[in-house]
Amino acid sequence: MALIGGFLLYRGIDALRISGWGFITESQWAPDMGGAFGIASLLPYTFSIAFVALFIAVPISIATALFITEYAPRRIRRFLTATIDLLAAVPSLIYGLWGLFYLQPRIITLSKWLADNLGFVPFFKVNDDFGTSLGVFPSSTFVAGVIVSLMVIPICTSVMREVFGQAPPGEREGAMALGGTRWGVVRDVVLPFGQGGIIGGSMLGLGRALGETIAVTLIISPSFDAKWSIVEQGSNSIAALIALKFSESTETGISALMAAGLALFIITLLVNTAASSVVNRSRSGSATEI
Amino acid sequence: MSFALRRNKTTSDTPDTESKIRIRTIETIDVTVMIGSAISAFALSQLLYETILPVSGALGFLLTWYVFFIAISWLAVREIRGTVRAKDHLARVAVWTGASLAIIPLVLVVLYVIGKGYHSLRPQFFSQDQRYVGALSDSTEGGGAHAIIGTLQQVGIASLIAVPLGITTAVYMNEVKGRLAKPLRTVVDAMSAVPSIVAGLFIYAAWILALGNQQTGLAGSLALSVLFLPTVTRTAEVVLRLVPGGLREASLALGGTEWRTTSRVVLPTSRSGLVTAVILGVARVIGETAPLILTVGGAFIMNWNPLAGKQDSLPFFVFRLIRFPQEAQIARAWTGALVLLILVLVLFVIARAIGGRGPDNISRLKKRRLKRKGLA
Repeated sequence: MALIGGFLLYRGIDALRISGWGFITESQWAPDMGGAFGIASLLPYTFSIAFVALFIAVPISIATALFITEYAPRRIRRFLTATIDLLAAVPSLIYGLWGLFYLQPRIITLSKWLADNLGFVPFFKVNDDFGTSLGVFPSSTFVAGVIVSLMVIPICTSVMREVFGQAPPGEREGAMALGGTRWGVVRDVVLPFGQGGIIGGSMLGLGRALGETIAVTLIISPSFDAKWSIVEQGSNSIAALIALKFSESTETGISALMAAGLALFIITLLVNTAASSVVNRSRSGSATEI
Repeated sequence: MSFALRRNKTTSDTPDTESKIRIRTIETIDVTVMIGSAISAFALSQLLYETILPVSGALGFLLTWYVFFIAISWLAVREIRGTVRAKDHLARVAVWTGASLAIIPLVLVVLYVIGKGYHSLRPQFFSQDQRYVGALSDSTEGGGAHAIIGTLQQVGIASLIAVPLGITTAVYMNEVKGRLAKPLRTVVDAMSAVPSIVAGLFIYAAWILALGNQQTGLAGSLALSVLFLPTVTRTAEVVLRLVPGGLREASLALGGTEWRTTSRVVLPTSRSGLVTAVILGVARVIGETAPLILTVGGAFIMNWNPLAGKQDSLPFFVFRLIRFPQEAQIARAWTGALVLLILVLVLFVIARAIGGRGPDNISRLKKRRLKRKGLA
């Protein structure tokens, strides 16, 4: 771990020396031409893709985890668990391709609907002189976030499923015995018990979403001006920037990419450490005995 | 839940108890209400959405239908069963919806990739490389053999590095329980957080820039093993934790040393689980693209040697070709994606078949072997 951080720092230090504090405040990325570069626009984009993904993935994951632990008939429970694991095993490249060719042409009508009807919200506002034609909606933060959410769902679901499954059976039966409905049991026993799992699982998903590379690279068209709108064309992320710029960068450029990678590494490290501490604290350590 | 059901079953065996209470009963009236609500919601949305409002479209219609279904069935359940049950019903519908929203994309993705990829899937895709293929030649010419071989070699080397290391680490954390076990677990947890592109950058910085190596298949497998190691360690640890403590204690009580307990009792007991852990790790790693962009270099011709020269890999092959403007190249990329997906699915099914049972179940093959020895 220290090696990874150390080598990235060692290679990125040249670039950091050139840019100084500008690395955090500058939003352009032109290290090769001797221009300024920084992650000021990349960070908001990276986070907004991740938050769009979480916004979609967390409710679906909670519902799926509840379905598996509480609602599903026993026979299909194992099948569902396997399917969720399979969802996690499908390569992100394939999700990216599917998103680019199948989902994007369809989902931009939803983007347009959001822009037309909810345009007063800054997230859905489109600054286009020609009105809202469909052409301004592809390759946006929104589309990338929807695709990334597919990759986040299995991670969140498996953490939440595990924690929900550990809700104490005595309390469940107590709630049932008092005449509670299944929803009553879920609301008063399973969800309060699984709170830590929900938070921790979402944060693990956040870590994954922040570092997602290939799907985002395929979907977005790079933009370096941070903007509020998530449905409008143009987005970016640190990981996608590295994948896109890597082959065309000179020595300084690669050093700058290393620095960006270091920033991403530190952020995901913080998010995941926090997440696993939340999950671990919520888990009861029971050992199996014969 | 399971407790309640089991207890019911045992008590109902004795004759003088009341009739068994089933928690998951579905009564005819519930089903009727559901079907009735669905039909009336369909009719209502047909009327409102298609006829009265000046809008149309399949998605909008389905949404309207869904909303009407929720509203109508809620009202019906409230009439028949009261507010509490109606709330329960709403929650049930929401949970079903969420679960199907999670499953549907998987089905769509698999079907779409198959539909796009099978046109150009010919036997020579597995036997030829792209040596004589121009950008304009037909998509059925040439193949991805160089990429498949590259992927297999890289993943193979990566697992040679990561699997022994990962299992040893898991044994250390779970069996030896040394002083370093706790910090080690933190490190493994943190390592699994490394974004794949950062793993690639790390190998590029440490192996290629600092040590002066070229972009080779080996560099790619090093990057993959950085991602592979934490996955294997974590799953292996979970599997080892499932081994009943009684077995360990029995072995120790018979005078077995720690090493003999681990090698003769714990590891054989969890063998199927460990194999599953490895295969699932391979399935994860085989589709990784981002670290390979930085490390293997990419090539259009066969390179059997992972130690020298640039190599290709299946995901990288797909990633490069999909960005060409020519139809034929894109078709080739889809074929590559299909092969990749098939590889992942096959690995996954094998892993499930091996690791589906717990440590106490013995496979049919094992049973036969035990019978031959006269043990079972």
